[in-house]
Amino acid sequence: MIDWMKYRWLYLLISGTVIISGLFSLFKWGLQIGVEFKGGTSVEYKLENDIGSDKITSAIKQLGVEVTSIQKTQTGSYLLKLGQVDPTKRANIQSSLQKLSGTVTELRFETIGPTVGPELIRKTLYGLLLAASGILLWVAMQFRSFKFGISAVLAMLHDTLVTVGMYSLFGHFFGAEVDLLFVTALLTILSFSVHDTIIVYDRIRESKKGSSEDLYDLANRATSQTMVRSLNNTFVLVFMMVALLLLGGATIKWFVATLLVGSISGAYSSPFVAVSILVTWDELQKKFKKS
Amino acid sequence: MSKIPADKQSTALGGVRNIIERRVNLFGVSEPTVQTSQFQGKDRVIVDLPGVSDTQQAVSLIGQTAQLQFVEVKEIPATKTASASATLVPTNLTGADLQSAAVKFDSQTGKPIVSLQFTNDGGKKFEDITGRNIGKQLPIVLDNQVVSAPVVQQQITGGSAQITGSFTIDQAKQLAIQLNAGALPVPVSLIQQTSVGASLGALSIKQSILAGIVGAIMVLLFMIANYGGLGVIADIGLFIFAVITIALYKLIPVTVTLPGIAGFMLSVGMALDGNILIFERFKEERLIREYHQALEVSFGRAWNSIRDAYAATLITCFVLANPLDWTFLNSSGPIRGFAITLALGIFISLFTGIFVSRNLLRVFVKEGGKKK
Repeated sequence: MIDWMKYRWLYLLISGTVIISGLFSLFKWGLQIGVEFKGGTSVEYKLENDIGSDKITSAIKQLGVEVTSIQKTQTGSYLLKLGQVDPTKRANIQSSLQKLSGTVTELRFETIGPTVGPELIRKTLYGLLLAASGILLWVAMQFRSFKFGISAVLAMLHDTLVTVGMYSLFGHFFGAEVDLLFVTALLTILSFSVHDTIIVYDRIRESKKGSSEDLYDLANRATSQTMVRSLNNTFVLVFMMVALLLLGGATIKWFVATLLVGSISGAYSSPFVAVSILVTWDELQKKFKKS
Repeated sequence: MSKIPADKQSTALGGVRNIIERRVNLFGVSEPTVQTSQFQGKDRVIVDLPGVSDTQQAVSLIGQTAQLQFVEVKEIPATKTASASATLVPTNLTGADLQSAAVKFDSQTGKPIVSLQFTNDGGKKFEDITGRNIGKQLPIVLDNQVVSAPVVQQQITGGSAQITGSFTIDQAKQLAIQLNAGALPVPVSLIQQTSVGASLGALSIKQSILAGIVGAIMVLLFMIANYGGLGVIADIGLFIFAVITIALYKLIPVTVTLPGIAGFMLSVGMALDGNILIFERFKEERLIREYHQALEVSFGRAWNSIRDAYAATLITCFVLANPLDWTFLNSSGPIRGFAITLALGIFISLFTGIFVSRNLLRVFVKEGGKKK
């Protein structure tokens, strides 16, 4: 049997490096906040020649204005939601569209509030805290120990930190923005993380029955037993995500990238963070009892 | 809007936004976006309703105007030139203070009554107003029409009240609907309605669907490559999962937007994971047991972990979907849509992953046994 728990220092090193670089980026550069949170502009244009939404989008993007959505109306005009647009940019957009399609009529130009208010985010956070406590209690109850519950929630926290930190790096280097999809992706990752941790815990619980082995050995065995399953499961997810990332549209690119980072982190954190913490905790407890 | 002091206007606009969102997103799965807008000094609320092509229906869903007010009756004593009359004086209690209205039945007379539940603020205002109007009428006015003029019998505290009277059930129902519909703090009028195409560019949708298909095929092949005949069964189970899910989405109906798709994808992942767990377990058990028994044992053992893991996810779904409408939690919007699609997916995958795959495998094993 492979002595997985012997290399806990390595796991700490890996997780530490990823989290610290993410946190560094988060504090130095922060997150790029998307239009959904900031509000922006809603405009409607009537074009002389229909050049298609993709061309319009790229023309406006070239001027450094964000395009969150573009929709064609029944009457053939285009309804766009953009980031903040000042008067100069407003004129620039119009002239650059005119170059492409002849006469451009601006039917509407209005400033819009955020679709995702701070209230939604605050309430979602409360919700997550409540869900985390619920999960902690549930795991503690099912595995008859708070150690299990707390370790699982810590692994969840680990995955959140990894994902948020990574996203901050993506934001700084590639312009990924925090939008509602990012929030959804985070929620998905949290569910996945706990799901995975419980699978590993379950094997510890099962071999514990009628066995006098240490938690250390039990953890090693459970890790070996679930390793193939974890790898296969991660492969399945990675296949799906990579296909979506390479072939999918630009709208979902960062969403998929977040899920990809998170699901790998979630699979990794189950044996190497949750179980490592569990084993370390158990060892410390024994030491204190002896002394 | 102009009647409201400037500093309260944005709160009122936000209130309108929230109420409209609640109305158009009753089940939390249609994922509209509702946002406020300032345009040439006028305040607007923009409502995007995905999947609704009939604009008439959309407008009736939002409920154009309907402003509800409780008014006091002020008697004007007779003067030399006119006889005694009464005027209606609006109070500060409006539809915004009313949480809900419902039809109930009086426990003694068995007659239908309309029960009102106020918000905390509304309850206090109502207490004041009823306190100074004992024995008088307190008409309820909807869009300048008196819909009901109950007489206050005593000061009402605690934020809930009942309107008794000789209602028929239909009248009581009608009143409750009118009261519920009137919970807008300011009058609203429709400015513009447009139907638009999909917000994701057509190209983007095509690409994403193609990518999804490619990804799904790779996953299906991976399962077969890894688990052979078992993999085929898992794939069939997954296919059934997808069919049931799509059928349910049509039935409820769930508007498919990106957060919803994320919930769906996560549940696909979990459905497959259930199978992988069982098959890996089966590989282990196969070493010490014969085929049939190993299969049953694997399903039994894997069930423990699947149950605990799914329950943990359902806890998250429950909190995010907030079916009990706890006010400190989210009660609308795309996050709720995500949670509901995920919860649906979990229940369906329990059915397909455990029940369908298991029975398919039993059949498969019997036939395998005959060949021997």
